[in-house]
Amino acid sequence: MRKQRVVIAKPGLDGHDRGAKVIARALRDAGMEVIYTGLHQTPEQIVETAIQEDADAVGISILSGAHMTLVPRIVDLLRERGADDVLVVVGGTIPRDDVDELKRLGVAEVFTPGAPTTEIVEFLRAHAPA
Amino acid sequence: MAATEDRRARELHSTISGTPVAPLYTADDVEVDYERDLGDPGEFPYTRGVYATMYRGRLWTMRQFAGFGTAVETNARFRYLLEHGQTGLSTAFDMPTLMGYDSDHPRSLGEVGREGVAIDSLADMEALFAGIPLGEVSTSMTINSPAAILLAFYVCVGEQQGVPRAELRGTVQTDILKEYIAQKEYIFPPAASLRLVTDMIEWSARELPRMHPISISGYHIREAGSTAAQELAFTLANGFTYVEWALARGLDVDEFAPRLSFFFNAHIDFFEEIAKYRAARRIWARELRDRFGAQDERSLLMRFHAQTAGVSLTAQQPEVNVVRTTVEALAAVLGGCQSLHTNSYDEALALPTEEAARLALRTQQVIAYETGVVNTADPVGGSYFVEALTNELERQAYEYFERIDALGGVVGAIEQNFFQREIAQASFRYQSEVERGERVIVGVNRYVSDDETPPKLLRIDPALEQAQVERVRAVRARRDDGAVATALLRLRADAAREDVNLMPAIVDAARAYVTLGEMCDTLREVWGVWRETPVF
Repeated sequence: MRKQRVVIAKPGLDGHDRGAKVIARALRDAGMEVIYTGLHQTPEQIVETAIQEDADAVGISILSGAHMTLVPRIVDLLRERGADDVLVVVGGTIPRDDVDELKRLGVAEVFTPGAPTTEIVEFLRAHAPA
Repeated sequence: MAATEDRRARELHSTISGTPVAPLYTADDVEVDYERDLGDPGEFPYTRGVYATMYRGRLWTMRQFAGFGTAVETNARFRYLLEHGQTGLSTAFDMPTLMGYDSDHPRSLGEVGREGVAIDSLADMEALFAGIPLGEVSTSMTINSPAAILLAFYVCVGEQQGVPRAELRGTVQTDILKEYIAQKEYIFPPAASLRLVTDMIEWSARELPRMHPISISGYHIREAGSTAAQELAFTLANGFTYVEWALARGLDVDEFAPRLSFFFNAHIDFFEEIAKYRAARRIWARELRDRFGAQDERSLLMRFHAQTAGVSLTAQQPEVNVVRTTVEALAAVLGGCQSLHTNSYDEALALPTEEAARLALRTQQVIAYETGVVNTADPVGGSYFVEALTNELERQAYEYFERIDALGGVVGAIEQNFFQREIAQASFRYQSEVERGERVIVGVNRYVSDDETPPKLLRIDPALEQAQVERVRAVRARRDDGAVATALLRLRADAAREDVNLMPAIVDAARAYVTLGEMCDTLREVWGVWRETPVF
């Protein structure tokens, strides 16, 4: 059986990668195939990786405050490239109003500080099957 | 009852870094030779503090980190904090500034003024310090890859205000090694970055006797998920590396070592943090004296700024963060810090509001003026537990020094991803302990509450980005293009030569209103850029 494939992506200029790495490791330990993009990725690079890697889900980790610019751009690009079946989830320091707006724009879930990795694993298992 | 006992049994009793802790410490657990290991405050090896009188002589500097939007918004916040009794300024720059991009660069889109203030050129720096006499304040600037450029902007504002260079006071973070290790805001490869840092240390030793050209920082290493021992060991190893580079440049250790400063995290494990600061002072003093031959007593003093742990703040029940920050700040004070930033309770959600920032400052003021802890230097010194933990952290640090040396020193270890891997492992271990309920975080995995009212948050007006883009374009339109071209040519030529200090070229370029992005682009062309292979 094919493993679930998840791209963990760090868009923007900030280097806060603790969360991204903890999630990447937890998903890998949960049996998923994890591709971590590394830092400072543009939305174009992230979407390219998601398509190249045939990802079931993209997890975007962002703490730079630029989420309202960069996340919608990633969602739009996936749509433009016909990859809107890729589930998009976001993690980071995201105010509640922005969470609602991101969900309205097509993000499946937003995980804020303190979210347990088990919750993220379960969410991806339920919503982005291989 | 049974359920409670069961939960208690599951909780770990090691420090949050995983160092085992006994239920009781007695004289049998700690071997301390007072003269050799402790000394009075102000006496070698400075375990008990760098000054004889400590806070009776002078309180720590209350230095709240601030910056958002354009220089105009941040200038207003600076003045607000000064009016409320803050004693030093601390500047947070936005991501494009930290990464060496102007505000109108495509990579800057959506990031301008978000995590700090946007500074593109000397014109922005003039606005940032408008009405603030640089001869009367000390200013900290949290900037690393482009630190030399921001220092040059600061020096130029000082010139305009008629303040002699010798009177400029403050600290530039400049610590690029911890960027490769943890915070990842690097631009150039390590060797080029270290050359630039050494240029700053050398130039500042001659020109800016009251500036600290570098703040060797464990804070970000810890925020990236390291243990206390890793923070301690990696930070000091970085410090030794800067000393070695400056010595290789031909400087005498006592010319520059007195101006090296440090920056540590103040995390939630109270005694471990206090022990960490005490061990750091002892190791630094001993190594500077014995390994590097420092003679001047000031070279041996590890003076440090502390900031409470951003990573310990929770988005859930954010008001509880006030309590966490208070405990952490108290650890920094009992550990003998020289300056302190206390986080605001809303920072797991956004940059702080004015009210939240004021409450954070008030927290320090209560510790300083109401609790009495400032009356006695190193009040926890001699505690069996604290001395044992201090010795233990020191031992763990020396173990790491050996492993780093075996990898060819700090740069070799960075290239081999050693630090990055160690930190990723520590951070995953801690997260797993939290998720198994072995570590309790109030409001997150215990005492969870469902009916939370979100606090009022600071929103950065999205229009500020466009305003800043227009500002930098206006600067480019009104400056002398000939002077800009000449300054950039000189910068390029000097960057390509190893035997020239780059600071004079950078100061001249700053004065000609060459932008930060233009200078960094020139240096990128000469030196190339750094990319890491990510590990998790």
